[in-house]
Amino acid sequence: MMMELMPVWLQAGAGNPLREFLLENILTGLSEAWRPLVADLLTWSLTCALIMGIVQVTMLYCTLLERKFVGRIQDRIGPNRVGYWGLLQPFADMVKMLTKEDITPAVAHRSVYNLGAILVVPPAIMVFAILPLSLGLVASDLSVGFLYFISVASVVIVPIFMAGWGSRNKFALIGAMRAVAQTVSYEIPQVLSVVGVLLLAGSLSTGDIILAQGTVGSGAQASQGFPGGWFILTQPIAFVIYLMATTAEVERTPFDIPEAESEIIAGYHTEYAGIKFGLFQLSQYFMTIASAALGSVLFLGGWMSPFPGGLLQTLGPLNLGFFWMGAKTLLLILGFMWLRGTWPRLRSDQLMGFAWKVLVPLSLANLLITALLGWLLHGWWNASGAQGLGRSAVVVVAFLAANGLLLFGAMLGFGRLRAKGGRPDIRFEATGVGSSVEGAA
Amino acid sequence: MVDNWGFIAVLTLVAFTVPLIGLALSWLLRPHRPGPIKQTTYECGLETIGDSWVQFKVQYYLYALIFVLFDVETVFLYPWAVAFLGLPLFALVEMVIFLGILAIGLIYAWRKGALEWV
Repeated sequence: MMMELMPVWLQAGAGNPLREFLLENILTGLSEAWRPLVADLLTWSLTCALIMGIVQVTMLYCTLLERKFVGRIQDRIGPNRVGYWGLLQPFADMVKMLTKEDITPAVAHRSVYNLGAILVVPPAIMVFAILPLSLGLVASDLSVGFLYFISVASVVIVPIFMAGWGSRNKFALIGAMRAVAQTVSYEIPQVLSVVGVLLLAGSLSTGDIILAQGTVGSGAQASQGFPGGWFILTQPIAFVIYLMATTAEVERTPFDIPEAESEIIAGYHTEYAGIKFGLFQLSQYFMTIASAALGSVLFLGGWMSPFPGGLLQTLGPLNLGFFWMGAKTLLLILGFMWLRGTWPRLRSDQLMGFAWKVLVPLSLANLLITALLGWLLHGWWNASGAQGLGRSAVVVVAFLAANGLLLFGAMLGFGRLRAKGGRPDIRFEATGVGSSVEGAA
Repeated sequence: MVDNWGFIAVLTLVAFTVPLIGLALSWLLRPHRPGPIKQTTYECGLETIGDSWVQFKVQYYLYALIFVLFDVETVFLYPWAVAFLGLPLFALVEMVIFLGILAIGLIYAWRKGALEWV
């Protein structure tokens, strides 16, 4: 029903109305052999321009929002001089970064140093290809969408290491080493926590994952997938693990030890000035936005309206999907900023211990429980022929109960481990030198 | 499908031009007056002692090794998860065994102290 409301404006290839329009009205003079290719390239370029526009503006105002929001948390006002309410502050920052002198350390390995700053941006832009704006408004709905996101996003670590190594600065190298170790460690819980979602959705494509979260009666109920509504209801633990691992992946507080300014100046971008420093910030903000958007796709139903029966999904002829998608993404971004405003930074050993000793076992257990329960429930409704709201309610209640049990068991288990030998050592403690040795003893 | 990847090829090109445009703009606008003091390595006003390209803690490589193991595991998990609802009980049991073996591996690494940050 809802499928017809929004034409596939961004979808690549045949069927895109923009492409058809170009073919029929603009490109009539070209030879038959070239017309489809030129039309494709033009449509793709326009889509790229649209994506870049949206993402850039979001990024610019995310910086302002973060400064305002964290400012309020810390009882400050935040930037309010440039433009009304500081609304032009991002542009002032941009001009400042563009016009600052670029200082390269004499001892740095110039090509690696410069390439690091350049290569850190492309992966952060490329991940946006699979993120849907609304129903049908997705640039490239790959069948391996989630895998594409994860693989492209994890490439960012290579230029980060290049930056740290090429700078030939001890602090930069320490920062880069920490960044690699952290990103690599937290990628495991991130991908493992999402396997449960993929298992219930039965697909890796972002479009299918959202459709599989269709609430009963919204008209978007997919034929395949699990009838449990948004995956935050059936996979709450996975959602929390995903958020924590993502915070670590994009190196935000409390997992920002690769750029801990009180220990190692600015980490891997210590030696970068002006626009090159800006490129690192750009990449980090892009990744934060993309991860928040992916989080809302995976767990919060993407462009779906949060109300039962698809209320406010459409307003007249307009599909409000882009509004809901934006609102959910913004909610997660605000969550990241809130964390930054309230949490202290973790210590290196706590950080690594938390990934491998808490998050990985927990996400493995979660996956196991999801698979078993999913199989049982699937068998149950095939045998009994249960349907509709009743079936969804049973599925959600069963999963919530299982997640509650898992959480209880995990707390019990970790508590016992800690009582036995201080492992896993993830406490915050105000000890000085030697505390990490104690933790490892 | 080819169309989708074609778009990604175009987006990749755009993605690579974005930082280059930024650098070019900045190159046009910024001053350029390098000096020996300016170009020293940043170290809080002190001169750096020794080379920065040093041998590093082996701890990082241990984590990298475990990471490779688990990353390969997730590659095996994905196709299984996507096809899960259509698979017979055998596939579920098999994956439980697979996960069990991995969990034992993790416990082994844990007990051996490979997960301790020294």
